[in-house]
Amino acid sequence: MIVDSAAEFDVREYLRMEMMPHFLCPGCGHGIALRALLWAIHELGIDKDQLAVVSGIGCAGRLSAYIDANTFHVTHGRPLAYATGLALARPDLHVVVITGDGDCLAIGGNHLIHACRRNLKLTCLMLNNEVYGMTGGQVSPTTSESRLTTTTPLGNAEPNFDACALAAAAGASFVGREVTHHVPKLKELIRSGLAHPGFAFIEVLCDCTEIFGRKNELGSSAEMVLRQKSDLRPSAYRDSVDTPFRSNDLPTGILAKTDRPEYGAAYRKAAAAQRASKAAKASTGANKGKA
Amino acid sequence: MNAVEQALSPKAALRLISGNHACALAAVAAGCRFFAGYPITPSSEVAERLSQLLPEVDGVFVQMEDEIASIAAVIGASMGGVKALTATSGPGFSLKQENIGYAAGAEIPCVIVNVMRGGPSTGMPTRPAQGDIMQSRWGSHGDYPIIVLAPASVREIYTETLRAFDLAETCRTPVVLLYDQVIAQLTETVDLADAKDLRNAERKWASGPRETYQPYATGEDGIPAMSRPGAGYRVHTTGLNHAENGFPTQNPEAVARNLGRLLTKLDRHREAIDSWQAIGCADAEVVIVAIGISARAATRALDLARARGVRLGLFRPVTLWPFPETALREATKNARAVLVPEMNAGQLSLEVERILGGKRVDAIHRYNGEPITPAEIAERAEALAKEAR
Repeated sequence: MIVDSAAEFDVREYLRMEMMPHFLCPGCGHGIALRALLWAIHELGIDKDQLAVVSGIGCAGRLSAYIDANTFHVTHGRPLAYATGLALARPDLHVVVITGDGDCLAIGGNHLIHACRRNLKLTCLMLNNEVYGMTGGQVSPTTSESRLTTTTPLGNAEPNFDACALAAAAGASFVGREVTHHVPKLKELIRSGLAHPGFAFIEVLCDCTEIFGRKNELGSSAEMVLRQKSDLRPSAYRDSVDTPFRSNDLPTGILAKTDRPEYGAAYRKAAAAQRASKAAKASTGANKGKA
Repeated sequence: MNAVEQALSPKAALRLISGNHACALAAVAAGCRFFAGYPITPSSEVAERLSQLLPEVDGVFVQMEDEIASIAAVIGASMGGVKALTATSGPGFSLKQENIGYAAGAEIPCVIVNVMRGGPSTGMPTRPAQGDIMQSRWGSHGDYPIIVLAPASVREIYTETLRAFDLAETCRTPVVLLYDQVIAQLTETVDLADAKDLRNAERKWASGPRETYQPYATGEDGIPAMSRPGAGYRVHTTGLNHAENGFPTQNPEAVARNLGRLLTKLDRHREAIDSWQAIGCADAEVVIVAIGISARAATRALDLARARGVRLGLFRPVTLWPFPETALREATKNARAVLVPEMNAGQLSLEVERILGGKRVDAIHRYNGEPITPAEIAERAEALAKEAR
């Protein structure tokens, strides 16, 4: 059920307003995704002091600086690894990762699959704009086939990842996808991810209008965002491909949800059990004589 | 009694342990409660030991997916306010360098053990080398400060690990513990009786109102107070050049001011950082400068040469970086020449030449995986002494 709390949600309460104006291009989808994230945080009543946002490098990575929380802008591809240490050391914090398609699937791909497998409580928001925007528009692991970028002047000949299929195959206990066109639905998905007691992977399809859209003559930002509604992504030159590559038909919403033990809690439980068992042995003298 | 209390109990002061085991015990004693690592010879015993020890003290051990993730997780844990360690060897140390630069630049305390083995590349995993002397100082891009400690015995691995955590916390910097495969896997009887005077230093924590807190304020000693997530400060930490408020800046004055403070902050704490050992240097004809297993061979060489009437001295930097320059100059002022035996193609000797500018500096460079023997050092030093007479 979609609860429209838009009226009582003031995004400025969650932003560092002294950092405005932000650096995003006109028409960029990242600001919409950021608003949806903060809206979900607001609805869940997460304390800003207990919120830690870890982000990587790229346009998505720069978003953490605008959030009024404990924010960590780390190295390229590594936010999930930094967040793993932070969340394991500080289980009291609510740790959110903001990453991009290049940060998460190319340079950071190894950390993604292992974070999915490990199932530590983290929310990973991957903003997919199909391109390396910060560096000027190079091809990324999610660039649609045949698209033009500054490094695919002949059109992209590589198949593109379906990030959600990849995350699900790697064992992520929560996987979801949404588009920036549907803000309340996006907020609902992020809210579900934030509330999930394990690793939640959420892909947000964001338009890069200034660089990717212009290069591929995809129209104005309004036209691009409307196209998300009609046919989620422009058609690729193949009708269908095997997973983990992306098909033309992109499902949205919660795509996978399983109930697996959360890693941090499982580790602490095992450690506590071992301490208790050793203490019991010591008190009964069972350990006497042992070195 | 848990394993840690056992290790530190008065009855257990005399222990027969390996260097890597000593490192793990000292880390826990120093208050380290997080370890992230990746298996690599010859450092894996540090991880294995800590996987047993940390759960006993409510700490966390995690084996990460790779070397980069390990250092990243360690920095992440430390950003959360927990003392953290990782351990690796040459190939892994290379992979960690970008993030070591992040820790240096964002001033996140952490300790990195690098057990040196043969190189380059995969090199000789089970053979000793001292080929990371320069990488430990200059391995990451750009200009940054770092502390590197070079213990030469199992006992010293214990005491220097304690000191590594203290320095990392008080100077807000990554600290590298650099020792070679021989020292790492050497098993010695060590007396830890007087190693219990733990300082267990804590980093300087932010206090006062959020409105006036500057996460990278210059402060009196050049070390800004750090804020703990959850304490209400809600600051931004970044690898981009930043101003006092922690936010990225490209303002030339702000960058020069803040990077300038970062690059000179260790200068103000040299008294606590510097550590060296000088043996018989006052009347020495030739002073040997060495670290790790080469320094231990040199200690024996001193006796061999003295028995034959040649006066040798030994200068051993325990803190390798920043290099104890003044102490080296003092220790070598009466010597006619200096000899640097090291297990690489010439690294420590370059720094010694730089510091002693003009004095004769000879070297034994060995990179075949075989430690340099006391006899070899004595022979070369004696020849050097006679030439210089």
